Amino acid sequence: MAAQARSIQPIRNQEDIVRVRQTTRERAVAQGFSLVDQTKIVTAASELARNTLDYGGGGEVTIELIFEGARKGVRLTFVDRGPGIADIEQALKDGFTTGNGLGLGLSGARRLSNEFSIESKPGEGTKIAIARWR
Amino acid sequence: MDKIPILRMGQFLLVTIQVDMHDRLAMQLQDDLTDRIVRDRAHGVLIDISSLEVVDSFIGRMISNIAAMARVLDAQTVVVGMQPAVAITLVELGLSLDGVRTALNVDKGMALLRDQVALAGRH
Repeated sequence: MAAQARSIQPIRNQEDIVRVRQTTRERAVAQGFSLVDQTKIVTAASELARNTLDYGGGGEVTIELIFEGARKGVRLTFVDRGPGIADIEQALKDGFTTGNGLGLGLSGARRLSNEFSIESKPGEGTKIAIARWR
Repeated sequence: MDKIPILRMGQFLLVTIQVDMHDRLAMQLQDDLTDRIVRDRAHGVLIDISSLEVVDSFIGRMISNIAAMARVLDAQTVVVGMQPAVAITLVELGLSLDGVRTALNVDKGMALLRDQVALAGRH
């Protein structure tokens, strides 16, 4: 898989979440995504960016265009150095939250993506990568 | 700080969300709307989201909260103009917007609000 046009954006405040949505939209449009696919990846990006801020204490996201044969996609990788997730299985369940949200961010973002991976170590941080293909 | 304007139309309040809201702005709108329902003695709130390209769980929760608070304050809420791509994404995200009435456009939303208020026995 080849990756291009990599950009790294900080997630330090609420305005950064808006910027992550905007960049993700631009990249999805550049890859020729349909409006529905654009909306799905942008919504997933918004959920994960908010998690990075609210639960990870801030971090950054790497946004890339990905190519595999004739397939085109967008990949986002969120990294924080927050408290980490003790029980990933539980965190991926609908309705589970340690904060005051709806508990749909992680599970919803996974449903809205074609690829989803999560690595987390308690006390060290969390890395979540999603990809959606056209 | 920027604010989302709330217009009064008779006994209804009309809100058109035209910007990509950050979370604080969404919370501000929630507070402003509940204040205005009481101050203007409004019986209905119409929220036009036709310009919104993304409704994530935060915005979805704000919409549900507004509807719930309005109900407690004896006002009906109707959300109009949701884009089809947004509707598809919301369902996949797992948000059902429980207790929120929706209509296709502002005209239909106003008609629905009028019906609701008439049903509740007001003039």
